[in-house]
Amino acid sequence: MNLRERLSRGEFVITCEAGPPKGTDVGPALEEADRLGRYVHAFNVTDLQSSVLRMSSCALCTLLKARGHEPILQVTCRDRNRLALQADLLGAWALGIENVLALTGDHPVLGDHPGAWPVFDLDSVQLVAAIRELNRGRDLAGNELQGHPDFLVGAVVNATAKPLEPHLAKMRLKAQLGVGFFQTQTVYDPQAYLEFVRKVEGLGVPILVGVIPLKSAKMARFMNENIAGVHVPEPIIQELEAAKTKEDREKRSVDICARIVRAVKPYAHGIHLMPMGWDFLVPQILDQAGI
Amino acid sequence: MLVAELKPTEEILGYLRPGERVFILSCNGCVASVGAGGEKAIADLRAVFSQNGHAVTGSLLAPFACNKALVGLRLLREEPALSQAHVLFVAACGVGVQAVAQVVDKAVYPATNTVTYGAFQGLWPGEERCQRCGQCLLAYTGGICPLTTCAKGLLHGPCGGSHEGECEVEKGRPCGWQKIYDRLSKIGRLDLLHQCRTPHDRKAHLEVPGTRRRSTLWDLERLED
Repeated sequence: MNLRERLSRGEFVITCEAGPPKGTDVGPALEEADRLGRYVHAFNVTDLQSSVLRMSSCALCTLLKARGHEPILQVTCRDRNRLALQADLLGAWALGIENVLALTGDHPVLGDHPGAWPVFDLDSVQLVAAIRELNRGRDLAGNELQGHPDFLVGAVVNATAKPLEPHLAKMRLKAQLGVGFFQTQTVYDPQAYLEFVRKVEGLGVPILVGVIPLKSAKMARFMNENIAGVHVPEPIIQELEAAKTKEDREKRSVDICARIVRAVKPYAHGIHLMPMGWDFLVPQILDQAGI
Repeated sequence: MLVAELKPTEEILGYLRPGERVFILSCNGCVASVGAGGEKAIADLRAVFSQNGHAVTGSLLAPFACNKALVGLRLLREEPALSQAHVLFVAACGVGVQAVAQVVDKAVYPATNTVTYGAFQGLWPGEERCQRCGQCLLAYTGGICPLTTCAKGLLHGPCGGSHEGECEVEKGRPCGWQKIYDRLSKIGRLDLLHQCRTPHDRKAHLEVPGTRRRSTLWDLERLED
């Protein structure tokens, strides 16, 4: 059963982030996916995350697919104009990729090629609209396609952004365009997530909640200061700070994640895990969260 | 040489809801020389509005719409007419339209598309910037240009990097879309965020044809060739 079918049946979906390598050595990424494959339903492959140069998302998606995994192609508006975006999407479908996550993309100045031209010819709403047109057999200029894709399109939203309202307005536009699911930025405050859900439940689009295991109090503080819309509440930071050993930190990290997942589960249609190198904790997190 | 042109009549009328009254502000600076400002724009716009059921409550010929302080003072004198209007149309370059929007708490709509600045960047440049894209969107964004104010030039709201009103690009830089959202909220036009925009036409970034950038100096240079 593929991701689209799982979502349409209302199954609780588990996706996991996969990062292409900085270079051509795809071994570690594929091995990680093989280890996690039986715990998650699909791998969501990043597109030059944080504007740092890596192998293309489409290449790793194709390799994952060949090993029996279901990939989700992340597509950002940062590096390609409307011609290149459509060309790559048609190519991805031909390579067997059926799911796309459409994002704006970070600004190049945040990455390792800060002088790169920031393209943003389309924005994420227009990218979703473009994919919808391709699915209907037409390109953005209205020309007919010979054979067309039928992508499941996902979009992102920052559920705990401050202020939230401008983000909700954009989310509603994406919902109007018929996205198949939303994926949120990582959530550490279930109460804030619930307030978000109350405002958007009328949209009727499944929501996958983002989950990043916290490796340390330092990481939590760094995220609070540097990642937009991420807020790790102080009690969680103190909980991590009290850890004396690496094992203890890992145990607390799993506890925190599992607790959050249990709290949001009744109000979500799935989770999106971003293990950030701690993929070995994924089975424990899912087990403890009762999934 | 700054070149602007009046927007098509249908587009101008498309911004208005039935029966809305308008106030016209026309720049008598650079755009006046190409007929997209000055007395001519006031006359042209007056005709368009009155023929289509929109009362014109007043008009103002501003020496340079980009001079916010001066425009603000002049508009004070026009307060009776201005207060009767629902919206304000500005015939000026993109900088001028944005400058007026900064000093008026009403919907401010561009009556013009700015095509090129040549070497000219406006007389009193403040923080407003115009990319002379030739398809002015200011009517939809509260008189704040998303192409220049948002670091990514997005057309449908903030990206995930917007946080507490700040842009992800650098600390202290305001998020353009937070500014636009706040402005639309203030003028009661958040409904404008419920519409999808077609992708922007980037060919307007090409240099304008010679026929549209003619000036005395330009002609002299050609003669010397």
